[in-house]
Amino acid sequence: MASDTSRLGFYLLLAPILLWLVILIILPHIGLFIVSISEKIGPREYETGFDNYAAFFGEPLYWRTFARTAIMSILATVLTLILGFPIAYYIAKLTRGRTKTTLFLMCMIPFWVSELVRTFGWMILLRETGVISNALQYLGLVDGPVEMLYNDAAIMMGLVYTSILFMVVPLVTTLDSLDDSLIEAGYDLGGTSTSIMREIVIPHAMPGIVSGCIVVFMLSLGNYLTPILLGGKDSLWFTGMIYTQFITRFNWELGSAFGFLLLALSSLVVFAGLKLSRQSLIETMGRT
Amino acid sequence: MSVPHPDLVCSDLTKDFDAFRAVDHVSFEVPQGSFFSILGPSGCGKTTLLRMIAGFQSPTSGDLRIKGKSMIGVPPNKRPVSMVFQHLALFPTMNIGDNVGFGLRQRGVAKSEIKTRVAEVLERVGLPGVSARRIDQISGGQKQRVAIARCMVLEPDVLLLDEPLGALDLKLREHMKVELKSLQAAFNTTFVYITHDQSEALMMSDNIAVMNNGQFEQIGTPHDVYHAPSSAFVAGFVGDANKINAKVSAVNGAVLTLISDRGSEMKIDAPANGLSVGQSAQVFLRPEAIELGGADDGVNVSRGEVDSVLFNGANSSVTVKDQTGDFLKVALPQTGRFANLRKGDSVFTRWDPKQARCYPAPGA
Amino acid sequence: MIPTVPQPSFAKWCYRAYVTAFFVYLALPLTVVCVFAFNNSVFPSLPWEGFTLAWFFGTEAPFIGVFHERAIIRSIGTSAFVATWVSGLAVAVGTCNAFLFVRHEFRGKGLLYMLMLLPLIIPGVILGISILVFSSSVANTLEDATGLWFDGLRPGLILVILGQFSFITTFATLVISARLQKFDPSLEEAALNLGASKWGAIRQITLPFLTPAIVASAVVSVLMSFENFNTTLMLVGSDSPLTITMFDKLKQGSTPVLNAVSLLLIMVSAVLGMMSLLFQGRKR
Repeated sequence: MASDTSRLGFYLLLAPILLWLVILIILPHIGLFIVSISEKIGPREYETGFDNYAAFFGEPLYWRTFARTAIMSILATVLTLILGFPIAYYIAKLTRGRTKTTLFLMCMIPFWVSELVRTFGWMILLRETGVISNALQYLGLVDGPVEMLYNDAAIMMGLVYTSILFMVVPLVTTLDSLDDSLIEAGYDLGGTSTSIMREIVIPHAMPGIVSGCIVVFMLSLGNYLTPILLGGKDSLWFTGMIYTQFITRFNWELGSAFGFLLLALSSLVVFAGLKLSRQSLIETMGRT
Repeated sequence: MSVPHPDLVCSDLTKDFDAFRAVDHVSFEVPQGSFFSILGPSGCGKTTLLRMIAGFQSPTSGDLRIKGKSMIGVPPNKRPVSMVFQHLALFPTMNIGDNVGFGLRQRGVAKSEIKTRVAEVLERVGLPGVSARRIDQISGGQKQRVAIARCMVLEPDVLLLDEPLGALDLKLREHMKVELKSLQAAFNTTFVYITHDQSEALMMSDNIAVMNNGQFEQIGTPHDVYHAPSSAFVAGFVGDANKINAKVSAVNGAVLTLISDRGSEMKIDAPANGLSVGQSAQVFLRPEAIELGGADDGVNVSRGEVDSVLFNGANSSVTVKDQTGDFLKVALPQTGRFANLRKGDSVFTRWDPKQARCYPAPGA
Repeated sequence: MIPTVPQPSFAKWCYRAYVTAFFVYLALPLTVVCVFAFNNSVFPSLPWEGFTLAWFFGTEAPFIGVFHERAIIRSIGTSAFVATWVSGLAVAVGTCNAFLFVRHEFRGKGLLYMLMLLPLIIPGVILGISILVFSSSVANTLEDATGLWFDGLRPGLILVILGQFSFITTFATLVISARLQKFDPSLEEAALNLGASKWGAIRQITLPFLTPAIVASAVVSVLMSFENFNTTLMLVGSDSPLTITMFDKLKQGSTPVLNAVSLLLIMVSAVLGMMSLLFQGRKR
């Protein structure tokens, strides 16, 4: 009796997760793949083949944009790590109590706000008539208005800004768990700041570094707003191309192929990152 | 002290935290190759003192010399001292060999030499061939030895130990006390050991400093600290003692007559105690200094009734309530003579006037 | 390095300067967005033309304030509608998942847990197009077979809700599981021992214990739904939520009305964010 009711309870709990994952995650991705390997040969007539993928590799604009998106995302990830690590270290190791909570909150507030608002803020700052251009003119550093929007540096800065929290939070969590006495022991045994960083702090922070990098890379790769708004119409970001194929050109088959390629790339990088650092997806992502 | 170059000299060392004085004008010397313990209750300032020696706190005033060289302003990674941390602080991301070799790597010692020296020191602490193991694959006692090996491979002038046995269970702790002492003798390195556990300090040390409220109350051999405590705090903190509040009723040379607050009379032979008639005093009497049985003759003998028998193997004791209502804890010799003692039995207690210690009551 | 290790004061000073610069960088864009909401000019840029509240309450063109801008008010309503549904569904499914993963052992649990984490590493745009493609093909098939219309499967609010739900549920699951893991099952056993039914014990003992996590994850879900852009962009129909409306307006050229909406959004997000932290803070 008792085992029957618990059986029933188990299946009742299993049902929602299966519905969610099968209907909204697994089947749609299978569907996406099927559409990506269909070729339109007439109105509502399709045939299976890899023409869409061939089109991707045959057109330099497509694969160059793809490569550019990947490289810029990797660059953004590295930059975010370099900029975010000292901040996370400062919050985790050099502040205590109230100050720590306040700094941590100050880090989080910008990210509760829509990405659109944040990007809009950067537009006001960077454009020709913007705040920074005016400030530089006022200070006499430049003669006329400067346009700082619509270039790769602006995109990069926006990407770093958008994703830095997702680097700082896991880093603060892992660095927090590093016992101060380990650092002291390192010094006591004759270590220098550099060698302690390299041999004690960074190995300990590795899970946080990996999960931060994975999330930042993903967010950059899949970003649409920042490249469009800060990089302009010709920003050449791969998500923009997917959007164009789907919504403007109405070429869903090619768009699906693009989407699938982007998915493959992101999975590959996530997988490689986990393998290189000997972490598993569950231990890096499952501890939010 | 007679040794010409003590390994560690602290003179008038003081540390203030805002309004709070954690260490208050502490001076001491530790001769080469000795085992020096600093014993005190938590919050007495012993950890601050140790961290000043290691370089993790800088003294507000005073001087600290190691092998004759002042350490003021020298960062921790440049001091010839090593520290065994309270929770050992073994690096969990490295294996045992890399942990022990850490300090040598920092000094730029060649790889092959590191390997031999690590193997050597691990053998000396009785753990040959564990280099490749991870930290979580060895037992608590083995971790202690790895932590000591990690310091000793650097051949420090002074090894600091911050209550490293605190986290171990009772059996292992007893075992490690003996082992630490023999490791110290084998390496012939100066050990400075802090603890709040008097039995650790008594068993291992050549000299003990008893610390309270940032000050040293007494520095001496374990025997002195136990049998000739120089203050009421030391008498109460080190070892077990019956504490009796009393008033001095007569002074006859070194012999004092006191009346306890409940009215029982006692005589104490305490030279140079500085007490005068009418003053309040505290009397400390070790449970093992009291004899049971015999008859009603001589000094400091009183008739009482067994209030409870506390059986604890070799450390068994009884509390005896005398006629005035004072309680005395008495150690029970395990010779079998008192095996039948029961609550309510009538007994005599007696003790030698030389065995008790007497100090002016605080605030009197 | 750490406070107990002495460092040269120049290095410390540089480090502090860097941290300060970082927080300025964080605050700068949000600050200018807020400040220009009060500029008495038709462009959100310098020069400063004086203080005005017209971008909130104005009724005369070109100074139409947020509260009189019909398109924005309607899209806020749409966003709220979507967020309510997403948050409710995500918390309900998240709670079930938490019980499933914490309380039950079964074959393939590890695999299922990994599948559950997958939405975290799928780019939002892909999530959007895959649901779009799948629902459209289902709709086509159904329409061909039955001759009826299935509007719910075409781009529109239902798809937006499903799309956001598909990844926000992962967050809700993680937050609620973390809390449930800390629950001492002997409390529930004690309730059973005192005569409660299995469901009664869960309702009276376990669920109240989970409440902080449930509320926190509901608040976070609302926030995530409100600010989601990538997935929504691919699934949106004729009723657009706030971020999409703002994006369309921004493409046409920025006006201080957008600053005013942003200011309101920042305030609401900050309040909701603090609330979720407060609720999670009560966990300890």
